[in-house]
Amino acid sequence: MLLLTIDWSFIIEKLILISVILGASLGVATYATWGERKVAAWMQDRKGPSRAGPFGLLQPIADGIKLFFKEEIIPTDANRFLFILGPSLAMLTACMASAVIPWGPSIELESGRIIALQVADINIGILYVFGVVSVGVYGIMLGGWASNNKYSLMGSVRAASQAISYELAMGISLIALLMMTGTLSLAEIVNQQHGFWENGWFTWNVAKQPLGFIIFLVCAFAELNRAPFDLPEAESELVAGYHTEYSSMKLGFYLFAEYVNLFISSAILITLFFGGYNFPFMDQVAGSVSPVVFSIICVLVLLTKTIMMILFFMFVRWTIPRFRYDQLMNLGWKSLIPLALVNMLITGAIIIWVLN
Amino acid sequence: MNLHQLVFWILSVIAIGGALGVILSRNPVASVLFLIVTFFAVSGHYILLNAQFLAIVNIIVYAGAIMVLFLYVIMLMNLNGDVEPQKSKLLQFAGIISGGILFLVLLAAFKTTQLSTTPINASTSIGLISELGQVLFTRFVFPFEISSILFLSAMVGAVVIGKKD
Repeated sequence: MLLLTIDWSFIIEKLILISVILGASLGVATYATWGERKVAAWMQDRKGPSRAGPFGLLQPIADGIKLFFKEEIIPTDANRFLFILGPSLAMLTACMASAVIPWGPSIELESGRIIALQVADINIGILYVFGVVSVGVYGIMLGGWASNNKYSLMGSVRAASQAISYELAMGISLIALLMMTGTLSLAEIVNQQHGFWENGWFTWNVAKQPLGFIIFLVCAFAELNRAPFDLPEAESELVAGYHTEYSSMKLGFYLFAEYVNLFISSAILITLFFGGYNFPFMDQVAGSVSPVVFSIICVLVLLTKTIMMILFFMFVRWTIPRFRYDQLMNLGWKSLIPLALVNMLITGAIIIWVLN
Repeated sequence: MNLHQLVFWILSVIAIGGALGVILSRNPVASVLFLIVTFFAVSGHYILLNAQFLAIVNIIVYAGAIMVLFLYVIMLMNLNGDVEPQKSKLLQFAGIISGGILFLVLLAAFKTTQLSTTPINASTSIGLISELGQVLFTRFVFPFEISSILFLSAMVGAVVIGKKD
């Protein structure tokens, strides 16, 4: 009788939502690789990929096929199981964080059924993202260690210490934000940023927590292992760091997981600080179109904002040179953490003495 | 058997299997990985109890941070099951006997324990973060502050040790 007690329509609805979200994030990540090469080319006054299809649009697909057909090499002294587990974990954790992002407002059907455009509205939402991020380090660490290569080990050690150091500042900068929102649920945080302007101030959190946003953004760069913080894979020092020994699609998984992470963390940044799917004059729009169309508009707004965020990440990557390792640690421990603590104190003082 | 019980049994098997893996595997890296599996299973149990905050903190702090440091140390020390010196037979024998005796005592103690059959009257939201915060900052505020001072002193200690003269 176990099977009868399960609400099958609920499971099917969620399965469809998960497939769509996974498909979309993989699709966006695929074209983020193309976008990155185009952005790099544009900033360096080159043309970028232009041969495969119009504007080189088929380039990511060609790259994928190439990676699949390459010879797969596992070093003799590598730990086979962990060597394969590494990239798998990296990809798994990259995809997992998308579960708590609210992609749009709930749709109420005529039958009274409410379809939420969010896989799971858990009341620890943002902490779940932190949990996934902290587990994500294992993909890099295990891969680097299992390769049985000194450069790989150095890369994975760098990745782990960088991730742990910047997680602290990230967490503290987030506490200040959570003190203002009073909730951990991402759906609730987005609802509070409804519209654009209310009571003589912006509703979006970036205007309420500017310092917190900057700290969070810098930490996001570090957590993503992106330039200027791409020390774990610094090709000029570590010959590509933790994925030196990888070939074929396992290398592809590592590289691709990075772009999925880029997309997901941009979406989370938008959700936390730039109002998620909210946009100016959304109430007027909601009044004039049907709810389903309104939801689609909201999803498109979120995607547009996310892509702008991704472009910002790319511009920074091709503008700022890589940090030195001691500079990275000094920035994390001696600047960002004290700054985040001060931000938390100021926020607490404002909440107690000004807002009350 | 409902869904809740089914999940409980699956998680329990994973947790116990992982815990056995920690002590039975020769390779220290495998031990750490088994311990992480165990932490995940225990977090699953917390979620079954509707203690979501505890579950996620267990993953962030233990599985995500402390185990990374463990792995770090083990990887850098390059411990390997094959080259590690094994304990002598006598020591292993003594270990089995003393462990067995401890197990016997625990078994005897549990056998005679009267399990209270009255369920505790607690709301299901007791493990959620808002309730937990209320309790921590009102009823248990003194132990809470004391333990934070303990953490602070540990941090100061780490800085003192790490500082070059």
